[in-house]
Amino acid sequence: MMSVYGWLMFMPAATFLIAFTYYPTVATLAKSFYSQGTALRAAEFVGLENFEYMLDDDVFWQVAWNNVIYAAGTIPISIALAIAMALWVNGRLPLKSIARMAYFTPTILPMIAVANIWLFFYTPDIGLIDQFTRLFGIPSHNWLGDPNTVLGCIIVITIWKEAGFFMIFYLAALQSVSPELEEAAKLEGASRWYFFRRVLFQILMPTTLFVLINAVINSFKLVDQLFILTKGGPDNASSLLLYYIYEVAFSFLDQAYASTLTVVLLAVLALIAIGQFVFLDKRVHYQ
Amino acid sequence: MSQTRTPFRLIQSLEYTGAWLLAILWLSPLIYAFWSAFHPAEYATRFDLMAPLTLENFRTAWDQAPFAQYFLNTFILVSSILLAQLVLCTLAAFAFARIEFHGKSVAFVFVLLQLMIMPEILIVENYTTMSKLNLVDTITGVGLPYMASAFGIFLLRQTFKTIPKELEDAARVEGCSLMEILLKVYVPLARPTYIAYGLVSVSYHWNNFLWPLVITNSVDTRPLTVGLAIFGAPESGVEWSIITAGTLLAVAPLLIAFLLFQRQFVQSFMHAGIK
Repeated sequence: MMSVYGWLMFMPAATFLIAFTYYPTVATLAKSFYSQGTALRAAEFVGLENFEYMLDDDVFWQVAWNNVIYAAGTIPISIALAIAMALWVNGRLPLKSIARMAYFTPTILPMIAVANIWLFFYTPDIGLIDQFTRLFGIPSHNWLGDPNTVLGCIIVITIWKEAGFFMIFYLAALQSVSPELEEAAKLEGASRWYFFRRVLFQILMPTTLFVLINAVINSFKLVDQLFILTKGGPDNASSLLLYYIYEVAFSFLDQAYASTLTVVLLAVLALIAIGQFVFLDKRVHYQ
Repeated sequence: MSQTRTPFRLIQSLEYTGAWLLAILWLSPLIYAFWSAFHPAEYATRFDLMAPLTLENFRTAWDQAPFAQYFLNTFILVSSILLAQLVLCTLAAFAFARIEFHGKSVAFVFVLLQLMIMPEILIVENYTTMSKLNLVDTITGVGLPYMASAFGIFLLRQTFKTIPKELEDAARVEGCSLMEILLKVYVPLARPTYIAYGLVSVSYHWNNFLWPLVITNSVDTRPLTVGLAIFGAPESGVEWSIITAGTLLAVAPLLIAFLLFQRQFVQSFMHAGIK
């Protein structure tokens, strides 16, 4: 009898989950094996043709590589900054509540609004960065127009946006560390760096893994800034996988190929999920 | 002793300076936005302390784009998502926390899957679904994929599990039905979690962009973020100071709420994060 109640209560949420998560996942997978249907010709089964096309698509390889650089550029720095911020805000920093507010503010601002403001930092000549570098006699630079610097610019914004958010998780973890621990280490003559490396960093390990997973997911999900700043350009130099999927589906109107690209994204996320269950101590966050 | 203390002090003050420089750097985009929005356009790139203040940019921005409509759309969107999430997640979380049913653990793993595969990833297929349901370009269409939230179910389940079973038993002795137990015992005791989840959900959906961009195409349905993206696009040719004024307008409600209830916000994100 209780079993029926259980299912009845889960049913409303389950319906939505099936309709907008499981069904589309399966449908995406199915669509990736079909050609793009047109008014004249219905979609037909083409086997792995879409995937072969993808492997020959230079743009795909470029956005995939960009995404790797984007992840490698944002994740370590934002995690390191998050730890530093949390230690400062949790320590004896003067006026620390204001510093905490400063670090955290980017988290609650929409990426679109943030990109509008950052655009102005990067604008050549009159932009703030160029105005600043001019003081040192460095010539002006088209930061977002140069394929060599554009991805770096996107990475900087993402770090700025994420670090304060990750700080929160470290802050929560640090608050459960008893102050006696540091006192004891001090009495033993351990340096602060040694204490951090051998004690605190170990205690923060579960948090780091949790943050790491969020950061990896974010590096595939956070593409909003591209819409304002670069539209993926110049020459796809700043395009990322999800942005490319959006372009293929809604600008080039090729849903079949967009589904194929989505399958790659889903595969990456599945790998992360598996990695999480294998490597992460499940008791920490998912008991 | 004094020999070791001096370098320690020096290192510490260097560290604090670094911490503060970082804080200023972190606030600088926002500070710049305020500067540019409250000064006439010719001061947008010139920093003169004597520059006159003005509200003209805000008036122009407000007149140039239908911000009132965008605000209304975002408000309807965010509150309907939150309402649906609270109802759906409460029911499901209660089932997972306190009722034994067949296939429960498998079902729960499926729920957790959504933590990985978020609706953002599935924009292509969900767009097809919405066009079949005739929901393209409706606020309902924007909200539907988010209404069952794995994160909410998980968070509430963890909270419900910490509530002593004795309270439930006592309520049952009093003759309460299952629904009454949920509404009179569990929901009130989980209030901090509801507040935390509510804040996280509202700020997420206030700021969400990609899916709303895909699914909306008219002024009547566009949320603020999409409206702002169109308004601020470089090809629209709008002046800087007006864009920054529009940007500040769009973020104002959330920013003001954050500044007023800073502690609550930070604690909510923390609470939601460590469960």
